[in-house]
Amino acid sequence: MSNALKDLLFKMADDALVIGHRNSEWTGIGPMLEEDLAFSSMAQDKIGHAQALYKILNEVLGEADADTLAFKREEKQFKCCQFVEQPIGEYDFSIVRQFLFDHAELIRYDMLTQSSFQPLAQLAKKVKGEIKYHVMHADSFVKQLGNGTEESKARLQSSLNYAWHLALGIFEKSEFENELISKNIFAGEDELKKRWLEKTTPIIEAANLKVPATDESKIIYGGRKGFHSEYLKPLLDEMCEVVRTDIDAEW
Amino acid sequence: METLDPRIKRLSLEISTDVEKTNSHLITYEVFHQEKRGKHVMHVGIVHAPNPEMALVMAKEVFGRRGKTTNLWVVKTSDVYTFSLEDEDMFETTPEKHFRDPAYYKVRDRIEKFQNKNRV
Repeated sequence: MSNALKDLLFKMADDALVIGHRNSEWTGIGPMLEEDLAFSSMAQDKIGHAQALYKILNEVLGEADADTLAFKREEKQFKCCQFVEQPIGEYDFSIVRQFLFDHAELIRYDMLTQSSFQPLAQLAKKVKGEIKYHVMHADSFVKQLGNGTEESKARLQSSLNYAWHLALGIFEKSEFENELISKNIFAGEDELKKRWLEKTTPIIEAANLKVPATDESKIIYGGRKGFHSEYLKPLLDEMCEVVRTDIDAEW
Repeated sequence: METLDPRIKRLSLEISTDVEKTNSHLITYEVFHQEKRGKHVMHVGIVHAPNPEMALVMAKEVFGRRGKTTNLWVVKTSDVYTFSLEDEDMFETTPEKHFRDPAYYKVRDRIEKFQNKNRV
């Protein structure tokens, strides 16, 4: 059971760490002061979620400490989906990614409040308020820009089309899927995906946008098994640059 | 935005598909912060936003990012009515009117007590 748990925690933690790092790239260059602050704060929240998950891996499941897990693993050991690795692009892509990713996060954590694995259930109860705001933030922007000008609508739709099959990669199953479900640890990626579609579709429609058609053969899988896009390695190199200057330094 | 109190509009965090009527340019909203339930809601600053929903979204991270927050209010700056700056003289003599300050009577009582005691 601990391998299944570790797999679940690693993929969630790595998603949070990588999207947190990506979103922090908006710090100082956000489209307006208020939004610069908001995106930076939400990036901090995500890093905090990653840290909390690594801490469970360390204290309950016997893995190394959080800093080691975050900064001293190889690219192949990361279990994040390829969606979170993508560069921030223009603001429309970052907002669309936040919208698609955080709706999945909110539902995932909501499902995990019922988990039989207590440390995770407790964490889920603690962080769901934060993610609720991330979703509210993204929803507001998506509705706003989708109902804005021709340009804002077109940009949002094209980002949504581009992001769609990457986003569906969030729900890539692992070999432990059935075990997680049967032991009531997590109700599963299929259930999550179903609820995610139910939540996101009305918002996309309210934003005057079209839900992209899903082509199963185009979904970008691989991240959960350690196969990553060309963007993860440079991100990790940058994130770990300071740590690597003196790998044994005490911080 | 639904509420039982017709005076107050509450933004529902339950995913809403409402699209707020939007100003084509950003306008400013005054932000009020409440630390605890029952405490006064204090003015803390402004945010730029096209509508009230986005004003609340922005206000949360600008003014609710540190310490304790229980709620925030936003009010369109143009909905605030205020006196003209040159009418400030209306208030000029108010600080002299100690008799309107409850503390004044306590001090006066103490002075009178002292005087009575020391009367020869």
